[in-house]
Amino acid sequence: MSGAWTAAGALARRDLRAALRRWGELALPLCFFVIVLTLFPLGLAPERDTLAAIGPGVLWVAALLASLLALETLFRGDMDDGSMEQLVLSPQPLALLALVKALIHWLLSGLPLVLLTPLVAQAFYLPTDALWVLALALLLATPTLSLIGAVAAALTASLRRGAGVLGILVLPLAVPLLVFGARATDLAIQGQSAAGPLYLLAALLALAITLAPLAIAAALRISVD
Amino acid sequence: MWLWFHKLGSPPYFYRTAGRLIPWFAIPAALLLLAGTVGGLAIAPPDYEQGDGFRIIYVHVPSAYLAMFGYVAMAVAAAIGLIWRMKLAFAFAAACAPVGAAFTFLCLATGSLWGKPMWGVWWDWDGRMTSMLVLLFLYLGVIALRGAFDDAAKGDRAAALLAIVGVVNIPIIKFSVDWWNTLHQPATISKLSAPSMTMDMLGWLLTMVVGYMLFFAAVVTLRLRGEVLLRERGARWIRGLDGRA
Repeated sequence: MSGAWTAAGALARRDLRAALRRWGELALPLCFFVIVLTLFPLGLAPERDTLAAIGPGVLWVAALLASLLALETLFRGDMDDGSMEQLVLSPQPLALLALVKALIHWLLSGLPLVLLTPLVAQAFYLPTDALWVLALALLLATPTLSLIGAVAAALTASLRRGAGVLGILVLPLAVPLLVFGARATDLAIQGQSAAGPLYLLAALLALAITLAPLAIAAALRISVD
Repeated sequence: MWLWFHKLGSPPYFYRTAGRLIPWFAIPAALLLLAGTVGGLAIAPPDYEQGDGFRIIYVHVPSAYLAMFGYVAMAVAAAIGLIWRMKLAFAFAAACAPVGAAFTFLCLATGSLWGKPMWGVWWDWDGRMTSMLVLLFLYLGVIALRGAFDDAAKGDRAAALLAIVGVVNIPIIKFSVDWWNTLHQPATISKLSAPSMTMDMLGWLLTMVVGYMLFFAAVVTLRLRGEVLLRERGARWIRGLDGRA
């Protein structure tokens, strides 16, 4: 079993290093996120009440779309240079390796979104008390999103033009995250306890961490051969 | 039983059997649908609250039922295909998807038509409607994913996996009216309690449900024959078929 953990650690280090050497690709979804968010106040009348009312929803949708943008590159490089075949053929459990890849992806695309959110929330005049709930909800929802997205990315990994299909696959499955995330933020803005939706988000995360790696592994096996 | 199962997996045998089965599904389906339509629209008494408006239930409920049944059937076939590598199971899943998507759309459309006079809105973002809409997107995703692959066998397996992942939505649809107490009313018919409608209304509804199921079976079998022909094109046995088969 220790071999599996060594392999997982090595894969994590390799993925981190490879991603950090391409700053541009990492920054792209974040820029997209910020730009989409600035478009809304400009497109609507920038009144405090309007912005505060649509803010949580817009934030969540923008976060969803931005993470979709980041998903495309998740397995593409490994598919192209053949290292994915090595991962599939290796004696280590593929589900564990898939989990590592998805979590590294979250670390590089989901976590920056969470860190950026309090900043952007100011643009929508979200009350300061709600910020913690929003950040916590995003912290719980983005890993789930990375895991669901990784299933879809693995399914479309061998497609040349997978991007369009990727959106159709991910967004319906991400609906619960959007519903509960926006609900938690809404409750917090109204000054009520957001514990219910937050627990549901945590439950979804637990479910995704346990089940999604198996689906990712199965999808990668289909894509590789 | 197993022998029969294995024989059914052979495309020429299946093609002939399915051809013989279709009238057995289609003719009772036509009769039941005709009877159910006449009974539901003309004979059943109007509802004391909704008047004649309730009659859309005779289309709405059976199509909702088949939208979910079709998805589960597709996912089970997909699982069988992935586990036992049965080509016919993939063909069945491929044949199910558009039919199920059509029923999902029909369910959403009739619900919307009914909602406008009854609730005053065409659409409401409650749990049942939203999860049904997600079901439609899942169907479309499965169809799109299969179509996106050049290699049909690979597309089959990818779409099968997606279909299995999407099954999580089915319990959400089923229990959405109990979890979120919103606009959509709870189930009318349940196994455990007495139905909340009288027998002279319920009888026609059950007629329609059985009619829809047989219609579904007939259409899926017909599509499945088409799928088998498409997938086996170039096979020797197809050349032996004359026009009527």
